Amino acid sequence: MSASWTQKRDRFGGLGVYTVIYLAFIYGPVLVLPIFSFNDSIYVAFPLKGFTFQWYEDMINNPGMLAALMNSLKVGGTVAVLSTILGTLAAKAVTRYRMPGRGPVVGFIMLPLVIPEIIMGIALLVMASTGGIPLSLLTIGVGHMLLCVPFAMVIMISRLEGFDKSLEEAGLDLGETPWCVFWRVTFPLVLPGLVASLMLTFTISFDEFILAFFLAGTDVTLPVFIWSQLRFPQKLPGVLALGATILTVTFIMITFAEWFRQRGDQLRKVS
Amino acid sequence: MAERAEVSAARLEAPRLGLVDRIRAAAMRHEPIRGYALLSPTMVWMLVALAVPLAILVTLSFWTQNYLDFDRTFSFNNYIVYFEKPIYLKLLIKSVKISGAVTLATVLLAYPAAYFIAFKVKKNKLMWLILITVPFWTSYLLRVFAWKVVLGFNGVINSGLITLGVIDAPLEFILYNPTAVVITLAHAWAAFAILPIYVSLEKIDRSLLEAAADLGEGPIMSFLRVTLPLSMPGIIASSLLVFIPTTGDYVTPNLVGGPTGIMIGNIVASLFGKANNWPLGAATAVMSMFFITLVVCAFLWFTKQVRERVA
Repeated sequence: MSASWTQKRDRFGGLGVYTVIYLAFIYGPVLVLPIFSFNDSIYVAFPLKGFTFQWYEDMINNPGMLAALMNSLKVGGTVAVLSTILGTLAAKAVTRYRMPGRGPVVGFIMLPLVIPEIIMGIALLVMASTGGIPLSLLTIGVGHMLLCVPFAMVIMISRLEGFDKSLEEAGLDLGETPWCVFWRVTFPLVLPGLVASLMLTFTISFDEFILAFFLAGTDVTLPVFIWSQLRFPQKLPGVLALGATILTVTFIMITFAEWFRQRGDQLRKVS
Repeated sequence: MAERAEVSAARLEAPRLGLVDRIRAAAMRHEPIRGYALLSPTMVWMLVALAVPLAILVTLSFWTQNYLDFDRTFSFNNYIVYFEKPIYLKLLIKSVKISGAVTLATVLLAYPAAYFIAFKVKKNKLMWLILITVPFWTSYLLRVFAWKVVLGFNGVINSGLITLGVIDAPLEFILYNPTAVVITLAHAWAAFAILPIYVSLEKIDRSLLEAAADLGEGPIMSFLRVTLPLSMPGIIASSLLVFIPTTGDYVTPNLVGGPTGIMIGNIVASLFGKANNWPLGAATAVMSMFFITLVVCAFLWFTKQVRERVA
């Protein structure tokens, strides 16, 4: 009894206390949105006035919000599928084949992670404008894919590394067609990575603001819509309700995706 | 031997095959070709969506804005304006300073937490990792917006402190200044910094620490001489991952920075928006990228020097 207690204290010494405070720092400000989204006052200030669902009702009855939501879903879904395909192809290439120049190639694909988003935003804006391409959901999608392909590739590389290619070869030796081998051997093995990649890239696109801000035409995505609402103080509670909803939904999705991905990685390490 | 046999067998068969089949057969034998073939869609995509736009951006910076379109004759005018008016360089240096402070704060705050998870947590490591990384994936805009609500004149902190009777009037110094930008960015990028540090700590061979202890090093010395140097790659990676994007940030200075917290990203955005001088905006963007790259190279050179001296 006392041994386990000292062990626990040892583990939760200064560092443990610090980490808990650090987590509170990470989560604290974010929790403000859901708390005040139920507050019966237009001002976001203590003391809390009373409980209300009014802001959520306003949110649902706002046609601009619904249109933006639909746009975000369309862009996010398309971006998730396409960038996962491109990321998976690249990951497969660099993990499966020995090739010269692997490092620079991977570095090039990862480049969007270390370029300020605003620069990619204006660069694509300039290309669209000089090429006579009108701004639309399509241009937003192009911007988002730029950001999502590197993430998809990293996720798939970690899934494919150590992938035993003799499993595929065995399938071929046993007389399966390459297509069958893909569906019955390769696909089930990479499925957890694919699911994680789809969910994470969808979320990145769904939440992305800067690129969408520069590349949006008349149709806007949800973050751009939220940005336009921030100018009006009376719209603030509505933004809180919308923000709280988005945070809750993405939180659940991401927790699931991360759990799925990292558990997959750990299981594989064990076996 | 077996490989050579295969090759010669293929060569013997070759005359009977069509040209396409022969190319295919050659490609199947040649690993790099197959690799690059598989890679080509992604590479083409990156060229079209990243390399070409950046090249056009650089070209644009040598053009001049006519009222509605561009004068396409090559000129250094934008760069001359950039260096003549002090505002651009001043803002760039301020942005680098703010991002430097953000990077320092983020890494210092993240390191102990990463250390705790890597060395002290035995059970449920996955849960801790997910708990710390999940907020990073949630909306950046909303997290920054949350700080505006928290720090505002009638915001959560001020009204909370007044309700509790700690202060009589709202504290004005907590919002709309560079400090608010640093706090908000350090919060927004926390999860991004913690992962590379955690990975580098997790990789450290535990027997090295035991050896240090056996050789009579105290915990502090063995941290300074074993753990810290070995986790440097993680520290460097997270510094770059935080520093580069935050230098060009637009949302945070716009929402919580106020007049004194403006950064270079705001200027670039306004040149592409209200001010409507795209070529000058492009020149500003190009100079920012150039300057950021310089700072990053200096940082890498410096850390390399330090590591060599220590080793």
